[in-house]
Amino acid sequence: MSGKEGSGGFRKRKHDNFPHGQRREEKENVNPPSALMTSFKSFQLELDTRHDKYERLVKLSRDITVESKRTIFLLHRFTSAPNGEEILSESEVKLDAVRRKIKQVAQELIGEDMYQFHRAISPGLQEYVEAVSFQYFIKTRSLISVEEINKQLIFTAEDREETTNMTSNAHDKQPHTWSLKVTPVDYLLGVADLTGELMRLCISSVGNGDIDTPFELSQFLRQIYDGFTFIGNTGPYEVSKKLYTLKQSLAKVENACYTLKVRGSEIPKHMLADVFSTKTELIDQEEGLP
Amino acid sequence: MSVSEMFAALQGALGQDQDIREEIRKVVQALEQTAREILTLLQGVHQGPGFQHTSRLSRGDQCGLPGGCWEEEGAAGRFQATQVFTSWAAELALRSPFPKKCQKAREHFGTVRTQMESLKTKFPADQYYRFHEHWRFVLQRLVFLAAFVVYLESETLVTREAVAEILGIEADRERGFHLDIEDYLSGILTLASELARLAVNSVTAGDYSRPLRISAFINELDSGFRLLNLKNDSLRKRYDGLKYDVKKIEEVVYDLSIRGLNKEATVGGGGEK
Repeated sequence: MSGKEGSGGFRKRKHDNFPHGQRREEKENVNPPSALMTSFKSFQLELDTRHDKYERLVKLSRDITVESKRTIFLLHRFTSAPNGEEILSESEVKLDAVRRKIKQVAQELIGEDMYQFHRAISPGLQEYVEAVSFQYFIKTRSLISVEEINKQLIFTAEDREETTNMTSNAHDKQPHTWSLKVTPVDYLLGVADLTGELMRLCISSVGNGDIDTPFELSQFLRQIYDGFTFIGNTGPYEVSKKLYTLKQSLAKVENACYTLKVRGSEIPKHMLADVFSTKTELIDQEEGLP
Repeated sequence: MSVSEMFAALQGALGQDQDIREEIRKVVQALEQTAREILTLLQGVHQGPGFQHTSRLSRGDQCGLPGGCWEEEGAAGRFQATQVFTSWAAELALRSPFPKKCQKAREHFGTVRTQMESLKTKFPADQYYRFHEHWRFVLQRLVFLAAFVVYLESETLVTREAVAEILGIEADRERGFHLDIEDYLSGILTLASELARLAVNSVTAGDYSRPLRISAFINELDSGFRLLNLKNDSLRKRYDGLKYDVKKIEEVVYDLSIRGLNKEATVGGGGEK
C-alpha cells in the first residue's frame, strides 16, 4: 500500500516537473536577447579566452619548472661523475627542451601584454634562470647576465616546422622571431635560488675530497650576497624575502670553508671525506627545518 | 661583466621602476580624491528630502517651468499640478529624477579625464599590466560611479565603450590605456549593491515604483553574470555578493506588493502618496 502510494507520488512529481522545465525553456526562447545579454555573451567569450590562455601558460610553466629541476639534479652529479663533459652536454639537451617550451610561451604571448600573464609563467622562468645560471657557473665559474639569458630566448622562424602543430595562430600573424624577456625581478629571484644550489654543490664537493671548490664558491656567493645587499629594498618584497635564505646559505658555505681551513691541516687527506660526510648530514637536517 | 656591475645595472633598472611607481601613485591619489567627490555628490540620492526635492525641481525644469513656481504654490496647488502633470511625471520619473546631481557628476568626470590623460604619460604604453595594480581599485570605483550616473539618468546599464568614453580611455587594449574587462565587471557589481540600497531608500522617501524597476534591472544583470564562467578570483568573490543584493531587492518588492503599494506606484506613477 505504502509502496504504491510512494510510486504514485514519485510519478506525480515527475509529471509535475516535466512541463515546468518545458515552460522555462519556452520562456527563454520567446524572449529576444536583450542588449545587456548580448554584451554579457561577448564578455563570456572574452573571459573564457583569457582564462584558457592563462591555464595553458600555467601548464607550460609547470613543465618548465619540472624540466629545469631535473636539469639541476643532473648537474649536481657533475662533480662526482668522472665523465663531466657527458653530463654537461646532456644538460644542454635538457635545457634546449626547456627552451622549446619557453618558445611556446612566447608564441602564446604574441600580441599580448606579457605582464598580464606574468603570474602564470613567473615560477617557470625563475626555475629556468636557476638551471641556466647553474650550468653557466659550472662551465665558466661566473654569473650569467640577464642579457645573456634573454639572448638565448630569441627564437627564429627557421625551426618553426617542428612546432607548427602547436602554433595555430602563428600562421596568420607570421612574425619571424619570437622572444621572451626575463624580467629583472625574475632574474634576481632565480639567482637567489641559485645560491641554494651552490651551497649544496659546495657541501657535496667537500664530500668528494675537492678542497678548492668550496673556497671558490664562498667567494662567488659573497659577491652575489653583496650584490643583493646593494639592491636592498629597492626591489620588490619577494627579493628581500630571499635575502634571508641567501644569508643562511652563505653562512653554511663560509662555515664549511672555516672547518676546512682549521681541520684540513690536522686531518690526513684521505679522511676528509668522512669528516664532511657527517657534516653534510647535519647541515641537510638543518636545512629541512625551516 | 663582473657580478657587482651586473647588480648595479639591475639596481638602476629597479630604481627607475620605483620612480615610475611613485609618479603613478601621485596621479592615482588625485583620481581617488575626485572619485570621492563624485561619490559624495551622488550619495545625496539616498537622502529622503533631497530625493523628493530634486525630483520635483527637475520636473519643473524639464517641463519648462521656473523651478521656483513649485515652491510658491501651496500644497493644494501642488496637488493640482501633480494631477495635471501626472503623465509627464511618470515619463520623467522613468527618465531622470536626479539630473542636477548627474550633471554635476558629469562635470567632475571632466577632471577625471584630464587626470587620466596625465596618468597615461607616466609609464610606457605597452606596460599597462605591469602597473595595473596601482590604479585597479580606483578604476573600478570610477566605473561604478559612471555606471551609477548613467543608471540614474537613463536606467540602463552603461556599456563598456561608454564607460571608457566617460573616463577618457579606450575600450580595447590595442589602442592604449584601456578598461580591463574584469575592472568593468567589478564596477558593475558595486553598482548592484548601491542599487539595492537605493531601492530601500526610495521606499522610505515614498517612491514606490523605483524598486520595481531596480528589481527588473538587477535581475537582468544577474542573469547576465550567470553567463560568465568566473575563476576563483576577486571578481568571483564580488559576484558571490550579487545574490544578496538580488535578495534584498526582492524583499523590498515583496514588502511593497503585499501592501498593495506597487499598484499605486504603477498607477500614480510618482512619489506622492
